[in-house]
Amino acid sequence: MSIATQGTDVNTGKIARTFIYLVLLVFALFYLLPFFVMVVNSLKPLDEITGGNMMALPDKWTIQPWLSAWSSAQIGVEPTGLKPYFVNSILMVVPAVAISTFLGALNGYVLTKWRFRGDTILFGLLLFSCFIPFQIVLIPMATILGKIGLAGTIPGLVLVHVVYGVGFTTLYYRNYYAAFPTELVRAAMMDGAGFFRIFWRIMLPVSGPITVVSVIWQFTNVWNDFLFGASFGGQSQPMTVALNNLVQSSTGVKEYNVHFAGAILAALPTLLVYIVAGRYFVRGLMAGSVKG
Amino acid sequence: MARHATDADFRTKLQEWIPKLVLSPSIALMLIFVYGFILFTVYLSFTGSRMLPRYDLVGFDNYARLWGLSAWWTAVTNLAIFASLYIFICTAIGLTLAILLDQKIRGEGMLRPIYLYPMALSFIVTGTAWKWFLDPGIGLENTMHLWGWDSFSFGWIKDRNMAIYTIVIAAVWQTSGFVMAMFLAGLRGIDNEILKAAQIDGASNWSLYRRIVIPMLRPAFLSAFVILAHLAVKSYDLVIALTGGGPGRATELPATFMYSYTFTRNQMGTGAASAVIMLMTIAAIMMPYLYAELKEKK
Repeated sequence: MSIATQGTDVNTGKIARTFIYLVLLVFALFYLLPFFVMVVNSLKPLDEITGGNMMALPDKWTIQPWLSAWSSAQIGVEPTGLKPYFVNSILMVVPAVAISTFLGALNGYVLTKWRFRGDTILFGLLLFSCFIPFQIVLIPMATILGKIGLAGTIPGLVLVHVVYGVGFTTLYYRNYYAAFPTELVRAAMMDGAGFFRIFWRIMLPVSGPITVVSVIWQFTNVWNDFLFGASFGGQSQPMTVALNNLVQSSTGVKEYNVHFAGAILAALPTLLVYIVAGRYFVRGLMAGSVKG
Repeated sequence: MARHATDADFRTKLQEWIPKLVLSPSIALMLIFVYGFILFTVYLSFTGSRMLPRYDLVGFDNYARLWGLSAWWTAVTNLAIFASLYIFICTAIGLTLAILLDQKIRGEGMLRPIYLYPMALSFIVTGTAWKWFLDPGIGLENTMHLWGWDSFSFGWIKDRNMAIYTIVIAAVWQTSGFVMAMFLAGLRGIDNEILKAAQIDGASNWSLYRRIVIPMLRPAFLSAFVILAHLAVKSYDLVIALTGGGPGRATELPATFMYSYTFTRNQMGTGAASAVIMLMTIAAIMMPYLYAELKEKK
């Protein structure tokens, strides 16, 4: 058995291998189970949930809970369903992601190719801002948003998410552009190309992979945010806050099947993004925030 | 000719300034919305603010009050329990799965996304799913009873002493796959010549991992620790969705404490003080790490 192994795997016997597969499958079950339970029970009538087994497939399949969660369930005081909040989230996510990613690209470009005295300190400050507990900014943010008339509006939430997202996007682009040969930029400068020309014609065309990463990261973070949405959402609450209101509502019968349908609806966009582009997401997390 | 020269001069000057100008909006936003706001909150923590910010200084009163509150002690104790278990279990599961998945497993491409997808979910969704799954009346306990295991009992979520552990379970479910990915990337980056040499020397699998592979994963351990620790301190949504801080106050964390004291109990000064403590905790974890990162890259 002296066949050279590639990578870090070790030679294992048959029993050990069976055991390994068993452990891996048990964990797969652990990760899948809660989601499986949610999906199955979102397709059952309510009496099958309260009187039955959560693991069982529906006797009578129904999409009524989904329709109700989407357009007629009671959210707070209004029976609007989650639809308007879903729209709020979209209206918030798209500009927030676009702006923070664009700023991050420009910042990363400056911080790697147009370096100046003190740029490392600025980057350090930007980097630390990614990790602050947001409780430290909640009070002043509430005050300022009120003063500039953006409290409870979508533009207010966009502003908040751009401000606290730009640190991460800058980090991604900085690490990515750092690996890009500076000689090419120098050569272009010799030829008379200016700051923006180099950015548009040389840097952006090679930024595809990191842009995917930055967009996915920002999209997931902004879509899944609850704290800012609950604090500053006002009349424009995002999906996560609405879902929480739906699930926690204390009036009437708890419609678990509707809650599950709502939870899956809230998770759907990020799950889709993850399924379509998950590999880049992971790769980016590795290369960006956690240089392992 | 002369005009041409000044023109060129102006051009070079401009080229020098453009990068700084481009960077300045982000820097301005950061200085106001991050560091300015931090200073503002620090200031508030020394004032007698109640429902609205006030500017009368009261010294360290808020901090003294804070550390005298049993609710705050509950929150801090809970964070200590939650953070240490969360970090330890996530690391253990992440490392185990990464090592096992690294053994040329058939179907790795299928398993990895299954381990990772909870990362894409919001903590509110995770909380909703687990809240129900752990509810003795309709969740796991009920299912076991229906399957004939009548003595099975799992009511942690309703139990003051055990509820904090349900937060650990849900949080581990959400992030352990991500930790696995970090370790897997670390494992794939190890030069296998060293391992081959050790194998030829007759090292057993166990000692191979314990003596060579795991020590080489040090950077991955460090990153995992920093990420998990800061996530733990920031944990808010999950508690809100899973237990709402209850039963009673049994699962309050500093993040939920800060929110309720500031915005629902109108004790803004005390709330600000608790936020400052949270920031200092994170700074203590992050500063050395960031410092090392930036120094290395220079």
